[in-house]
Formats: sequence, C-alpha cells, structure tokens
Amino acid sequence: MNLGPLILSFEVATLATLLAAVIGIGVAALLANYRFFGRDLLDVIFTAPMVMPPTVLGYYVLVLLGRRSVIGHAFEALTGSSIVFTFVGAVVAATIGALPLVVKSVRAALEQTDPTLILAARTLGATRLRAFFSVQLPLATRGIAAALMLAFARAVGDFGVTLMVAGDIPGKTRTASLAIYNAIQAQREQEAMLMVVVLTTVCLALLYAVGKLTARRTEDR
Amino acid sequence: MSTTTEPKLAVRIVLATRSFKLDVAFEVPPGVTVLFGPSGSGKSRTLGCIAGIVRPDSGIITLGGDPWFDAARGRELPIHKRRVAYVFQSLALFPHMSAEDNVAYGIARTMPAADRRAHAHDMLGKMRVGHLAARKPHSFSGGEAQRVALARAFAMKPRVLLLDEPFSALDAGVKRELLVEVGEWLGREKIPAILVTHHAEEASVLGQHVVLLEKGRVVREAAIDDPTLSLPKIRAATK
Repeated sequence: MNLGPLILSFEVATLATLLAAVIGIGVAALLANYRFFGRDLLDVIFTAPMVMPPTVLGYYVLVLLGRRSVIGHAFEALTGSSIVFTFVGAVVAATIGALPLVVKSVRAALEQTDPTLILAARTLGATRLRAFFSVQLPLATRGIAAALMLAFARAVGDFGVTLMVAGDIPGKTRTASLAIYNAIQAQREQEAMLMVVVLTTVCLALLYAVGKLTARRTEDR
Repeated sequence: MSTTTEPKLAVRIVLATRSFKLDVAFEVPPGVTVLFGPSGSGKSRTLGCIAGIVRPDSGIITLGGDPWFDAARGRELPIHKRRVAYVFQSLALFPHMSAEDNVAYGIARTMPAADRRAHAHDMLGKMRVGHLAARKPHSFSGGEAQRVALARAFAMKPRVLLLDEPFSALDAGVKRELLVEVGEWLGREKIPAILVTHHAEEASVLGQHVVLLEKGRVVREAAIDDPTLSLPKIRAATK
C-alpha cells in the first residue's frame, strides 16, 4: 500500500493552512477594521477562488508564478527550483483554495468583537496594532481555530488547481486527490478506497469540530 | 488655584449627522462636571469627541492649552496619546484578561513589566478588590467589576476622567461608597472629570458643576450648589 500521496497531501495541507492563516488573517483584519479605497475589490478577489473554475485559477497562477514570470524567475534564481510543477506549487494551489474560507470566517469572527473593548484598549494607550493583537485577535481565537480547520479540510483535498499548477508527478506532486483519480482511471479501486476513506474521515471530523467550536461561540453570547 | 498645575479642559464641538446636530461649548475645570441630559442629547458623543473616538466636523478641544483637536489647523491627537480614562457604561473590562492584566494594560509601557504588575496589584488593593487580581471579569459581581474598571482608569494616570453612566446598574449603598471613593481620588489627582448621569444623587455627591444638554446644545451651566439649580427638576425635565 502506497501511503506517499496521503502523507504528501497532509504535508501540503499543513503548509497551505499556515500560509493561508498568515495571509488570510491579515486580509481579514484589513477588511474588518479599515475603510479604504478598493476594499470591496480586495474582498471580491479573496472570495473568487470559491466560485471560479480551478482551470481559470490555475491559469492565473501559472501566469503570475510561472518560470517566465517575475516572481517565478526570482524564486528560481534564489532557490534553484521553480514554483510551478513542484511541491511548492502544490502548496500554493492548496493555499488558494483555503484562503477564501480563512478570510471570510476570520473576518466574521473579528467583526463580532465588541467594538467598545477595542475603543477601551485605545483609550488605555494602545495603538491600533496593539489593540488588535492584545484584544481583538485573542477574543476571536475560537473563530480563527474554526477557520483554520475549514482551511485544512479544503486544502487537503484540492484537485483542479493542484493539477494545473503542480502537475501530477508521482512522488513529487501527486497528492491523495490526484492519486485517487489515477487509481480509478487504472481500475485500482482498492487503492483508491483507502485514500477516499481517510480523506472523508478527516473532512467530516474537521467539520464536526468546527460545528462544535462555532456552536459554543454562539452560546457564549 | 493655579491653572498651570491644574489644567482645564475646553471643549467646542460641532458635529452633524443626518438626524442630529451636536453644537456644544463648555469648560471643565479640575473636579467633576456633570453632563446632564436625556437620551439622544449628545452626551456620549461629546465624551467620544473628547476621547478621540469620534471626530467632530469642526471645533477645538484643548487641555490646559495643549491642543487635542483643532479642525481649523487640521490637528488631531490620536486616541492612545490623549491619556483619557474612559469608564464605559458597559465597563468594557477585557474578558480574556485577569483583573490585574486589565489594570496593567493602561499603565505606561515605559515602565518595566514587573513594576506595571506591582502597580496594578497595588491599585486593585486600594480599590479593595486585591483578592480578584488573578480572576477574570465573568466571575465579578456588579460592584466588583465597577471597582476593577475604576482601578484600571486610575492606574493609567489619566489627564482627564470620563464616566459614562458607569454607576447606573449598582444598588444605592454600593453606588454611594464608590462615588465617595472616586471623589476622594479626584480630590488628590486634581484632573478634569466628566460624569454623565441621569441621577440627581450621583450628581450631587460627586459633581461640582453641571452642564445641561438638550438636543445637542448646552441649555444651562451652573455650580452644583447654585440655589437656582434644582437637580430633581432637571432630572424630571430630562426624562
């Protein structure tokens, strides 16, 4: 039994969740706390991966991060390896799927913080940044934890963007979702079954945990 | 009384929203000025402007000549630099922090962390809630939460104290005790304070001056012991 694709999927999803957390919490904080020109556009851009075809998203990533792009070129000069069709590409692909979930859920969690508490922090001498890190963010921990679980569940099963951006290279970028597709195509249903069961269990368990977390949050209010 | 050591807060604010216009000017000497008025008369918005939470359309706010806000010159001191202790009606204690951390939060960060904690602990003790230091706000009674909120306000060494109906939920005995303590503290610190209240008793125990607001305007200013000022009448008029 080849566990490689499953292990790869979990590695990719873990890194993608971390990346989505850093970017997503930052963007959510901007959207929740600031009024600025282009705010709605930013919101739309970070929601788009939820509804756009994976091939379209993949195309954009190839254009932006491909070997001939500025970023892709710089990355390759620095690390000696390209972003696309590598492990890094798989992480980027999974991050794109996870980001909208992080931005949406974290923003909602941040917006639920009692604004008086943030104002109280400011009157007590806190800068906006300190008030955010010491009051608003800790009070949203539960919502953020739920958001990251959703993000992980989404990242662990990405298919379309991963295929476009990272390809389907056995041992390198063939994650569990891609391996399931290959196994079914080759009529190795037994092999597909294990991965299907594992991915299903992980996703259901995470969704259950998210439900518990958010239900308790509502009861607290 | 010298005005250099005991700065006066001077407020002139114009702020218009679609449904309401606030246009007030008054001075707050050291001691307690009571802001009286019915709901929607602009009391909280006035406090918000002084604290820097709300930006007036025009006007000037100064503390002893130090400009906090000056629309004409485009000056605005940010909230966190004003050192205004704002005791909100909801108290706004941070629910995820212990009483001690709540109080230490507002103490200048130039002080070493250990000293901040010690100072916070000391202030909780002075407010007779030292035993709550390690506990979080959800376990406090109304009076206890009130004392912690006041300890937090006092510990930050404010230049102005704003009390937005913080005593309204307390029973009469506890309220009187706290009012006396606030009065004593202000007597020592000699800073301008504004108390927003509907209650004549709070006003007469703590207040020295009264500013009566109605529909966003100052309709009367008087000393609390002015024989022509009848607080119960004001109270009735504001209901």
